[in-house]
Amino acid sequence: MREGAGLALYDVTVRHHGPFGPITAVDGVSLEVPQGTTVGLVGESGSGKSTLARAVVGLDSPCAGRITVGGRECRGHRAADRRRLGQQVQLVFQDPDTALDPRMTVRQSIAESAGAFVRLDRRSREQRISGLLELVGLDAGCADRVPRQLSGGQRQRVAVARALAVDPAVLIADEVTSALDVSVRAALLTMLRDLQRRMGFAMLFISHDLAAVRHVSDAVAVMYLGRIVETASTENLLRSPRHPYTRTLLSAVPSLHAGRRPVGEPLLPGEVPDPASPPTGCRFHPRCPVGPSRRPGRDVCAARDPQQDAAGQPHRAACHFPYHVGDCPPQAGSVHPDANGDRAPRTPGDLPS
Amino acid sequence: MVLFPPSPSTPGAAAGRSRASRSVWASPIGVITLTMLGSLAVLAVAGAVLWGQAADRPDPSAVLRGPTASHLLGTDHLGRDLLARLLSATWLSLLLAVAATLLGAVAGITLGALTAVVGGRARRLLGALINLLLAFPALLVAMFFAALFGAGAGGAVFALAVASAPGFARITQTLAAGVAGTDFMAAARVLGLRRHRLLLHHVLPHIAEPLMLNTTVAAGSALVALSGLSFLGLGVQPPSYDWGLLLSQGLDRIYTEPLPAVAPGVAIVYASVAFQLLGEVLAGAAARRARTRQLEEPAVHPARADRPASVDHVLEVEDLRVALPSPDRVVRPVRGVTLALRRGEMVGLVGESGSGKSLTALAIADLLPDGACATWGTHRFLGADAESSTRKERRRQLATGMAVIFQNPASAFNPSLRIGTQMTEAVRAHHGTPRAQAVEQALAQLQRVALPGGRRLLRSRPFQLSGGQRQRVAIAAASMMRPGLIIADEPTTALDVTVQRQIMDLLRRIRHDDATAILFISHDIALVADACDRVLVMYGGTIVENLPAHELATGARHPYTRMLVASVPDMAADRDRPLHTIEGGPPDPCGAVPGCPFHDRCPHRLDRCAVESPVLSPLDPGHEVACWRPLPPALLCGQRETEEVEK
Repeated sequence: MREGAGLALYDVTVRHHGPFGPITAVDGVSLEVPQGTTVGLVGESGSGKSTLARAVVGLDSPCAGRITVGGRECRGHRAADRRRLGQQVQLVFQDPDTALDPRMTVRQSIAESAGAFVRLDRRSREQRISGLLELVGLDAGCADRVPRQLSGGQRQRVAVARALAVDPAVLIADEVTSALDVSVRAALLTMLRDLQRRMGFAMLFISHDLAAVRHVSDAVAVMYLGRIVETASTENLLRSPRHPYTRTLLSAVPSLHAGRRPVGEPLLPGEVPDPASPPTGCRFHPRCPVGPSRRPGRDVCAARDPQQDAAGQPHRAACHFPYHVGDCPPQAGSVHPDANGDRAPRTPGDLPS
Repeated sequence: MVLFPPSPSTPGAAAGRSRASRSVWASPIGVITLTMLGSLAVLAVAGAVLWGQAADRPDPSAVLRGPTASHLLGTDHLGRDLLARLLSATWLSLLLAVAATLLGAVAGITLGALTAVVGGRARRLLGALINLLLAFPALLVAMFFAALFGAGAGGAVFALAVASAPGFARITQTLAAGVAGTDFMAAARVLGLRRHRLLLHHVLPHIAEPLMLNTTVAAGSALVALSGLSFLGLGVQPPSYDWGLLLSQGLDRIYTEPLPAVAPGVAIVYASVAFQLLGEVLAGAAARRARTRQLEEPAVHPARADRPASVDHVLEVEDLRVALPSPDRVVRPVRGVTLALRRGEMVGLVGESGSGKSLTALAIADLLPDGACATWGTHRFLGADAESSTRKERRRQLATGMAVIFQNPASAFNPSLRIGTQMTEAVRAHHGTPRAQAVEQALAQLQRVALPGGRRLLRSRPFQLSGGQRQRVAIAAASMMRPGLIIADEPTTALDVTVQRQIMDLLRRIRHDDATAILFISHDIALVADACDRVLVMYGGTIVENLPAHELATGARHPYTRMLVASVPDMAADRDRPLHTIEGGPPDPCGAVPGCPFHDRCPHRLDRCAVESPVLSPLDPGHEVACWRPLPPALLCGQRETEEVEK
């Protein structure tokens, strides 16, 4: 696989039909997920994360922009195009209760997926199924059960096995852990990380759980109202977030070990604006803690879109007045760097066996 | 005390699914249906064989006779025996009806199910086509096509199939739309499966049951409609004959001889009622399968521990047990929970799904689902013993002294009522507050939860608010009555992280200002540690540890709590240290295994753990553990677990 292959999005825009005209759910998003790495996509509900995921797998069609997988653009609505895309990109859904056909056994579900693109004879299909079950840490006895007889974590593992059965180049995990319990969640996160190291697919890990994103991702992109406001490597983004929205988001995460937070002022004034008529300029400016409503004279935020200025930098923050790298986050207690300071980024090579 | 006394047990209630569906056929209506269908089947097969010759044998000496001993229904204009003709017509009448129904069903179901698997434009076109076809009355369409295809049995069957197809298409379209929106269909699409596979493997199996019921009922109507066509001369043509044609021939002389006309009519009604009944019985069997059975026996009445009421406590519950009936067995999700909340205390109740934390809360609030049965040793709320008060008094006390905030703010409000009405109804009903004063109180509460808009907000309806706003309104409404206890059941799980923090801040402020105790239920232990004074950890229906919230991160003594804490991905933890996972699954909520519920997953278990259940006993002041071998407090959390794993 050549360098830079994986998933790449260029200026992707997706519109939905709303009751009062079109709603731009994803607005000019560019994002790259290189082969063998994980990019975490965080943002609140309504920010367009799931729409983006659906656009990548072809369930929603973007009205502008390009999506390439492995350097090749995936477009077209014909069945053959869809099949080619399905072979490259797979999606794991949020809710394991509905993601599996309740009338199909685990074996049937995985067999359907494994046989979707390659013709397998009976023996190789059985081998493939047991191999996949082993891969996701389920014992072979699960194969003949229906989803109702499995626990939430087991179902989600089956869903992952089904997605990986086609051996995709890109895996999209859309809030895969949010319906699971804490102990099960940890196991699934560890499994996903481990599988990625072994199989080398690119993964877009969508979640609103920053701690989970931090645990699996190499880089993180933060979305607000259909746009990506900040992109950086996980360490940089969490240690020194530059966009005010990212800071707010980070300071809102409760931490078990960081001690109690004081009762403070409301984090963000106002409500999330209506995506049908987003604010002008920077979309975050009406609620921004350092924006024109708090600091007079920053009228540029309401007038000009900071999106363009940020392009092309390794740590992109779409903000006219970003925090500097050295600035301490607003509540240092809740986010602090790891004890051992700088570490080399994780690579697929240096894993413990 | 027993909250929901179980109904008198029925001896056969222990049966599983097979017995349940069999009992439908054993019921009077099932027996009648089976008898009717059986007689029709016998007649259809044997009628033509036994009476076919008699039915076609003309007798010029006995033309147009009335009922006699040799011809019970009389004879027709060629002297053929009408009873023989009626019986041997069963075959053709039923065959045509079933054929027309099946043809119509296949066409309609195909058309309707296609809408679930084709693209957007084709789906709209198909939908429009179905709507258009539905706009014409079915019988008119049938007559039109019968005339078009030419009079005859085949023409009538095709005409009726065409007429009934849009109805099938519509119901299939509706049912399939439900399947098309599911995640598993999306997953199948992402796999690039071909349309016929989607249709046959994913759509049709899910909607087969209601469609079969519908088809059965439609067969009855088709029989009537076909007879109608024959009666009008558009259906079966002589020399063939079905019930409709016999009816038509009998009608010519109905004033002299009513029986030759009435008898085919009775046959038509009999057969169509049989089909309708079959549909009823099948629907009944399907519904019965979904229904759960009642509890057979009340749960064991726990011994009462008579302790004096503590004035400081808002709520005291001892040995709470909940049993839930399920289709095949009794689930016991709560198995002896003891807890107490002081005034103004915020207590977190954490546990995984299935640990019984939500049912504990529902039992305390007297909101258990139907059929559930709660028992307890002691239950004191605001100093009043639940057992010594009547049900009405208890309800009233709960209504004024307790408020519940639910997980999903979208479904916690009645969507058709204004916010103001829903916020003020409790004070107006229980305190008799006049309307204007209640509105003033509501406005004050809304201001407290930092919701602008005042009266305008009170006039709005729930759907006009965002999720966070709705949850804030729910908190405002909960604090309207100044309750002694607020139960917050996962109040932030459906909300975003920034909104979550707003809600938590609000709850903390209310508890400070009003000295309201809050029982905060969550699976997010980081959130609970951050917000609460004390944490109760639940596992397998029991409380395994009760500890101060600030000790949760490092001072937990129960192995389960330790492992739970170690499994949380934390923003401040080392990213490359693998997360700890708890092997195995939660205990079976139906089983009655003695011993500690955690023993089969516990790395520190003793032999004793499997046979004897530990009780919650104090370790340090304010710290209770239900464990035979609590972990020593000195070791840093996580480190030890990692060592264990490495071993």
